[in-house]
Amino acid sequence: MAQTAAHADTQQHPIKLYLVVWGWLFILSTCSYLVDYFNLEGTLRYSLILLFMMLKAGLIVAVFMHLAWERLALSYTILVPVGAVLVFVGIMAYEADYTFLTRLEFFAPGP
Amino acid sequence: MLNRTRVQSGEPPKALVGWQGVAADLSSDQRAFKNVSWGKAMMWIFLLSDTFIFSCFLIAYMTVRMSTTVPWPNPSEVFALTIGGVHLPLILIAIMTFVLISSSGTMAMAVNFGYRRERVKTAALLMLTAILGAAFVGMQAFEWTKLIHEGVRPWSNPWGAHQFGSAFFMITGFHGTHVTFGVIFLLITARKVWRGEFDREARGFFTTRKGNYESVEIMGLYWHFVDLVWVFIFAFFYLW
Repeated sequence: MAQTAAHADTQQHPIKLYLVVWGWLFILSTCSYLVDYFNLEGTLRYSLILLFMMLKAGLIVAVFMHLAWERLALSYTILVPVGAVLVFVGIMAYEADYTFLTRLEFFAPGP
Repeated sequence: MLNRTRVQSGEPPKALVGWQGVAADLSSDQRAFKNVSWGKAMMWIFLLSDTFIFSCFLIAYMTVRMSTTVPWPNPSEVFALTIGGVHLPLILIAIMTFVLISSSGTMAMAVNFGYRRERVKTAALLMLTAILGAAFVGMQAFEWTKLIHEGVRPWSNPWGAHQFGSAFFMITGFHGTHVTFGVIFLLITARKVWRGEFDREARGFFTTRKGNYESVEIMGLYWHFVDLVWVFIFAFFYLW
């Protein structure tokens, strides 16, 4: 009974949707590759890498993994903890920066 | 008993949308994820924990790369190949990316055909996904062999910061292991679909629960996650 009820609304979407997303993933991957191929540098390079990465990740999670059609309670349970990872990234970036400065100081030629 | 199951899987009133709906779902008795089966919910929770594992690897990589005073090897050159006399930067990694994305596409279509109960198409697409996954692992093995021959070790490499090798082997090795296990489970799922075990609801040898095409979707969640992790590895390790 529970099984039947749970599968009453299975994920049914037209095949075309998946093909379109597939195509976009190809285009975005090509764009990321071209960033390296054309040797873009500095802020432009990093922002483009991050932009294409987030778009690809979003498409995969939302459409391929069907998170866009799940109930909000599940989506938030999965997506909110990822914020903790970003905090961790921030903490470790500060820490790495400090280690780098300490090493510069330590390895610097003496007076 | 019947009454209880109906209450468990029952939908909260339609009026509760947005945050109120989330609060109602999460505070409801026994079953928080209303229209999601336990198998799917547990796969999502597992994937969340796996996200943390890969995050820790990538954060560790960020930390060693930011804190080293020795220049980091240029991945664009390290992973370049000369094909037919043309020097192409990062080409193998680009091909691997396209192969993995294609396998995600075939997986998504396998899930779709599974819910339409088209047994043969589902099995064929699952097999195709497994073949693409195996091709990915093969190319990764080629890449590892090439780098090891060039003298890359977890503790040293010819081009710069020693941490490059340890980060590379740890991150791509863990990801490759995920792909390998994915391929094994894809083959198992494809065999089940091919034999019609989800059509006649045959009981699983391990769980003894009735077979269902939702297994294909749960398998798909794992496989798309492996592709998702590669998106981040590609951006942060290879392109950065």
